[in-house]
Amino acid sequence: MGFKTPLYETHVAAGARMVDFGGWDMPVNYGSQIDEHHAVRSDAGMFDVSHMLIADVIGPRARDYLRHVLANDVAKLAEPGKALYSCMLNEAGGVIDDLIVYFLDDAWFRVVVNAGTREKDIAWLKRHASAFQVEIRPRSDLAMIAVQGPNARRKVASLIGDHADQALALGAFFGRELAPYFISRTGYTGEDGFEIVLPSDDAPAFWQQLRSIGVAQCGLGARDTLRLEAGMNLYGNDMDESVTPLESGLSWTVAFDPQDRMFLGRNALEAMRAQGVPRKLVGLVLEDRGVLRSHQRVIVPAIGEGELTSGTFSPTLERSIGFARVPKATTGADVQVDIRGKLLNARVVKYPFVRNGKALI
Amino acid sequence: MSSIPTNLKYLESHEWARAEADGTVTVGISDHAQNALGDLVFVEVPEVGRTLAKGTAAAVVESVKAASDVYSPVSGEVIAANEALSGSPELVNTDPYGEGWLFKLKPSNTAELAQLLDAAAYGKIVESDG
Repeated sequence: MGFKTPLYETHVAAGARMVDFGGWDMPVNYGSQIDEHHAVRSDAGMFDVSHMLIADVIGPRARDYLRHVLANDVAKLAEPGKALYSCMLNEAGGVIDDLIVYFLDDAWFRVVVNAGTREKDIAWLKRHASAFQVEIRPRSDLAMIAVQGPNARRKVASLIGDHADQALALGAFFGRELAPYFISRTGYTGEDGFEIVLPSDDAPAFWQQLRSIGVAQCGLGARDTLRLEAGMNLYGNDMDESVTPLESGLSWTVAFDPQDRMFLGRNALEAMRAQGVPRKLVGLVLEDRGVLRSHQRVIVPAIGEGELTSGTFSPTLERSIGFARVPKATTGADVQVDIRGKLLNARVVKYPFVRNGKALI
Repeated sequence: MSSIPTNLKYLESHEWARAEADGTVTVGISDHAQNALGDLVFVEVPEVGRTLAKGTAAAVVESVKAASDVYSPVSGEVIAANEALSGSPELVNTDPYGEGWLFKLKPSNTAELAQLLDAAAYGKIVESDG
């Protein structure tokens, strides 16, 4: 038996198929995963993401501390509520986790980290905290529900009374405390929407209210196809401690300027840049019939080989898409993928594959 | 509760086999299996003419989540494959014992059919599967 979120009983009562995910008993779907996917692209769907860990970083030097432990630079966060996506690296430049950090006030930042890595993340964050006299406060008292889709914000707003105007006024990648909620305009689907943090005890009733106004319950299965279409990395698949962000399509999240900001992992990344980054992450579309899956071998003609890091059937595009880590020298569009011993044709494409309901390839 | 027709025979790995009046055997996957896999998006059926031994991987069914092998319940030669699944793999979800059949065999050893599980025995396996 794994860990359970405050919505576990709600999922079971709704007939969800429950699976283990990073030690948590989570819903993979409530019926048709493809229908759940389309609900998010065309209307509104919701996900229990309470297995992710929220941790508050408290102290007057919180900003200095986060500028040290994160590869992206929280100095970019000027306005309270603004969020930033970043990797947290070890000294070798390997990715410990990817996370979202919110700037709430000068002595209060909030990070949201992955479920499967929460223990090691907290240990790492605490290990580096004492030098900056900040406190790392895990918030296991909170649940989190992501509501995503073109109608998601409007539907959430209809349930939060006096807070509706303030929630609807949130800019992209902003969050705000609207007690008892913390609402942010963020997500992992490529659609507009909110992520709502609320006291664990309130989560089941709020979920049922969302259901009653037609927000579709969605499981981790749809969450994965949506994020892959949206071109978003999944920790543990597309990157982990054995690779750097520079090889994972995440160079854009590493702030090398200013040059005197000595964030953890910087030296290793600079050494890799000086020697030449050996590999890169690319998007693939399968031209032949079949389904791309992680760990399938990719053959790049005249260059070498790579490997799928994520792959699935895209319900929006009705064909298979994936990410692959291939030699940096890969420039052509035509590659082959070894699927059960057969070499099938695939094409290298720019991702995201889908954004705001529209196919981009 | 998933449907388990009593006129079929089953494998522990969730394939069904139906003995037809003309002596051939039709093969598919059970309602329980399609439900566990979720929405199917790709089915690879065996080539007609291929000879299969009982228990060999004969077909592949892929849902959005994962790929699974389908094993042949009996030995024999493939005499037909369900080509409709190439355009409509979801037939396996909507009608696993009918339109969603995978392939037909001409069995080389009819005694193998009797060794398969009956509906009651298969039902017990499904129950313990959760």
